[in-house]
Amino acid sequence: MERCSMTKQLVLAALVGAATLAGCTQEPKKAEAPPPQPAAPAKPEPLKVAFVYVGPVGDAGWTFAHDLGRKYVEGKFGDQIKTTFVEKVPEGPDAERVIRDLVAQGNKVIFATSFGFGDAMEKVAKDFPDVYFEHATGYKTAPNLRVYEGRFYEDAYLAGIVAGQMTKSNVLGFVGSFPIPEVLRNINAFTLGAQSVNPKVKTKVVWVSAWFDPPKETEAAQSLINQGADVLLQNTDSTAVLQAAEKNGKYAFGWDSDMSAFAPKAHLGSCRLNWGLYYEKAINDVLHKTWKTETTKWGVKEGLPEFVSLAVFIPDATKKKVEEAREGMKNGTVAVFRGPLYDNTGKEVLAKGVVSDDKWNGAMNFYVKGVEGKVPSGK
Amino acid sequence: MNELASLVAATLSAGTPLAIAGLGLLVNERAGILNLGAEGIMLVSALAGFAATYHSGNDWVGFLAGAGAGALVAACFGWLVIWLNTNQYATGLAVSLFGGGFSAFVGVNYVGRKLSERSDFSIPLLRDLPFFGRALFREHPLVYLVVGTALAIAWFLYRTRAGLVLRAIGEAPESAHALGYPVRRIRLLAVVVGGALCGVAGAYFSVVYAPLWVEGMVAGRGWIALALTVFATWRPARVLLGAYLFGGVTMLQLHLQGMGVNIANQLMSMLPYLATVVVLVAISRNPAWIRLNMPASLGKPFFPNL
Repeated sequence: MERCSMTKQLVLAALVGAATLAGCTQEPKKAEAPPPQPAAPAKPEPLKVAFVYVGPVGDAGWTFAHDLGRKYVEGKFGDQIKTTFVEKVPEGPDAERVIRDLVAQGNKVIFATSFGFGDAMEKVAKDFPDVYFEHATGYKTAPNLRVYEGRFYEDAYLAGIVAGQMTKSNVLGFVGSFPIPEVLRNINAFTLGAQSVNPKVKTKVVWVSAWFDPPKETEAAQSLINQGADVLLQNTDSTAVLQAAEKNGKYAFGWDSDMSAFAPKAHLGSCRLNWGLYYEKAINDVLHKTWKTETTKWGVKEGLPEFVSLAVFIPDATKKKVEEAREGMKNGTVAVFRGPLYDNTGKEVLAKGVVSDDKWNGAMNFYVKGVEGKVPSGK
Repeated sequence: MNELASLVAATLSAGTPLAIAGLGLLVNERAGILNLGAEGIMLVSALAGFAATYHSGNDWVGFLAGAGAGALVAACFGWLVIWLNTNQYATGLAVSLFGGGFSAFVGVNYVGRKLSERSDFSIPLLRDLPFFGRALFREHPLVYLVVGTALAIAWFLYRTRAGLVLRAIGEAPESAHALGYPVRRIRLLAVVVGGALCGVAGAYFSVVYAPLWVEGMVAGRGWIALALTVFATWRPARVLLGAYLFGGVTMLQLHLQGMGVNIANQLMSMLPYLATVVVLVAISRNPAWIRLNMPASLGKPFFPNL
């Protein structure tokens, strides 16, 4: 009994301590002036840029791709900027504390690279009007807060073209994380890309309810393969799906970063994200004082999502089709979601000749014709 | 038919690590020590197994390293709870959290590395049988070894003198002590064996099942193994069956999704724990049952000098 109450007291003490700490870090209400630099008065101060990551930089996926972007701008701008990053920041109250800390350390540009950081960014942005806030895949903006994202589904469409040509069973598999519009866009784009070259293609989807759970991703990939799928794509962040395909002698793609090294026989191509291009633009905006609130969505045209490392054994005719679609996306003749488009219950979702806009894309909650099953959550 | 065979094969493969870890935990729980650190131990040994396989190119070196790392962490845990009499629940939770953080810290350089070519395993002749060949005889050797391990542990616990002593210590350490058995040393041995088996399970994840290392990759399966021992009412054969059942539920849910059947996968991932609660309630309703099944000194400290 006594031990029990002691534990309680300890826990209480720890909580109080944590609360005090959190309070302390919230103390500075105004951004502090950058710390005085005694030496080298001739050189201008480097612009301090901070990145907030949701995962570890070594995840070989999402966060890894953002960190490559950070290294890219470091190389581009040299001593004009100074970058720091905080990895594995949980989406929630901790994020706000981390972002405030980064501002207090004198960072003038903050990139937060996950959807769940939105609320924290909004709150902190309000308190520090002279700091520029950039939020990936978000939607909330403010005078000093803007959002950016990539049209990943364009990559998924290009991967679909390869999948449609390489499949023998005409069954494709998709390992999904969560049934949100972003992921549904990828599933549908993948299927539409495949159908553009092979109308017989069907896509099976398995959800794993995680961005990152390698054993479960393996199990999901295995179950898709067992049900006849022979080309897989995933929206999860590890290399597990690719490796499961390799083990079973099937095909798959890399996602977020170039994963060709992980499965030389199974890897057909990688949907890579070149975040560095956007980071370069954003930092230039700040350096040249041209920064303004906007929503940036970059696709294949701008080079943010890039379909790379196509396998050598893919037939030239297929590579040519991918190239044509890529060119079409660049000059505006190819759109991933173009009517007439039907969902998998046969309902028309996009009228003939209509090209989808971002609002329509952002509200996607259905599977297109050719995807099997129902979107979870009963819609 | 082919699909069913693949489902059986996938179930065997998913249930195996749960069974290995569950059997290990069963051994130390039978001696009266509850090791809630299973998740952490499995993470540390998943890293150790991956690193060893990466450098040596041999799976079995990886399993040995995993077992060694598991045994080492378990030995630390054992020393704390058996000699220093720290609270088993709190210490176990601490080991679990420590193992997660430690493996992430040490393993940073192994993230994104790739193991050498994975070989396929199958049993000659048997693998060509219709249905059964595909369902049962094309798995990693460990899948078959675990069945032998379960039998060996059952035989040890119920058919040998040493097993009787182990169970006696789990039921009444004071009496065993009075009879002159070195209770602490035997308990430590049981904890180390349990840790080694958890270690093999951890290495199975990072070497065979999803051949890569990332932090937190065991993703809660250590807790399932703990639940499994309760679900199995501390019997080796039932641990094996329970592991296949839990593994089967996971795989079935993914298969159903692929077939277009709409079942919330969150519901399915909750099922193993729900089943455990049901078993707990069932055996707790009858005092005789719980006395018959649960090691009486489980989780309680033992002071030999009192």
